[in-house]
Amino acid sequence: MLRIESHPILDFVKGRKITFLFEGKTVEGYEGEPIAAALHAAGIKVLRHSPKLGRPRGFFCAIGKCSSCLMEVDGVPNVFACITPIREGMQVRRQSGRGRLKTV
Amino acid sequence: MKQIDLLIVGGGPAGLMAALSASEFGLKPLVVDENERLGGQLVKQTHMFFGSKAERAGTRGYEIGVELEREIAQRGVEVWPGASCVGYYPDGTVAVMKAGKVHGLNPKSLLVATGASENFVPFPGNDLPGVYGAGAVQTLMNVHGIRPGKSVLMVGSGNIGLIVSYQLLQAGVPVRAIIEGLPTIGGYLVHASKIQRAGVPVLTRHTILEARGTEEVTGATIARIDDTWKPVPGSEREIDCDTICLAVGLAPLTEALWQAGCEMYYVPELGGHVAWHDELMMTTVPGVFTAGDVTGIEEASTAMLEGELAGLGAAKFVKGENADLKCRIEDVTCRLAGLRAGPFGQKAREGKCKLAECRR
Repeated sequence: MLRIESHPILDFVKGRKITFLFEGKTVEGYEGEPIAAALHAAGIKVLRHSPKLGRPRGFFCAIGKCSSCLMEVDGVPNVFACITPIREGMQVRRQSGRGRLKTV
Repeated sequence: MKQIDLLIVGGGPAGLMAALSASEFGLKPLVVDENERLGGQLVKQTHMFFGSKAERAGTRGYEIGVELEREIAQRGVEVWPGASCVGYYPDGTVAVMKAGKVHGLNPKSLLVATGASENFVPFPGNDLPGVYGAGAVQTLMNVHGIRPGKSVLMVGSGNIGLIVSYQLLQAGVPVRAIIEGLPTIGGYLVHASKIQRAGVPVLTRHTILEARGTEEVTGATIARIDDTWKPVPGSEREIDCDTICLAVGLAPLTEALWQAGCEMYYVPELGGHVAWHDELMMTTVPGVFTAGDVTGIEEASTAMLEGELAGLGAAKFVKGENADLKCRIEDVTCRLAGLRAGPFGQKAREGKCKLAECRR
């Protein structure tokens, strides 16, 4: 279990428990926490595959800068999973390649 | 059109202090930040700050973040959370994206206080999930309450490497070793002793050869290096870990400053390219200010004072100077010099000196 239950300095005030979908499977998380954090707590580290060699990628910087964690969220590609909070019923998918924008 | 006296990009220690000092001298600032919470990287810092009371020493980083957030709210400063600065146009328009919409803002002055981002090191397997920046590990465990993994190899023995190692132990995650390429430990002795007393070996003159694993990190190979930084054959050692934490320094996040056309200079002591700035943190573009890690990697305490100074500089730029403002500028300038006076401020002092010289 990766969630910290007790800590010598910090109290973690968590939001409401909610569920979202990762690759079609239900995952639990707490309202307000980023997608990458909720997935990590659920044991999911591979967030996408690199465009050229298809190598697995997780998050790296966790501040929305390095682009390692780009995922497809509700059909929109290239979303920073590390700083985008989860929402009830959100559909999250691993991204492969550079992602394609839907034509408006 | 919205009237903004000072647009502040980045709600960390520098940006928030600038918002406070600018509003104190009659400016209407707007703070935009990509995150939902203010405080920048203070939100994940659980260690107590050094220095004097005026610089909030003895308080833990995240508590300073909460204090600043409260003061910002009390003063009624407008804040846009979850908003990214995505561009600077030649006419001074700043594009800010918020909830999928782009807003073109025309502030009278601009402060770029975007901070810094983690450095990377080259080794086979460094792109595997499980290789995380030290800042990312801090965010995950100190903000979200989630352990980064079951056991960690820390790369880098600067203050961040030492402090984050200690925080990993506090979160119940064993740290197998801290490795350091240099012959001596980089961070403060007080942090190094604490982590060594807890039984974590600090291996100087060591490097990581590779991260093992196919889908995720399953271990690491480290080795001793000689005086020419070459691995010593036969000294390879396997480390059992599922997380490799990189604490190998930070680099300023300067995109907005480059776009604004600020004169940029490469100053290794400051962590890379930084914008030249005057005594009031104004860049070579009139009305464009910079403060905090984006203008040289230092501590949150110096970032706060630089931010405070930039806010005062913006007040002077927009409204002109008066006796009160002049007095305050002198006070903050003096405190900033005081913070950098000790041996630990030497690098920053030299860097700032070099930067100032670039335009003389």
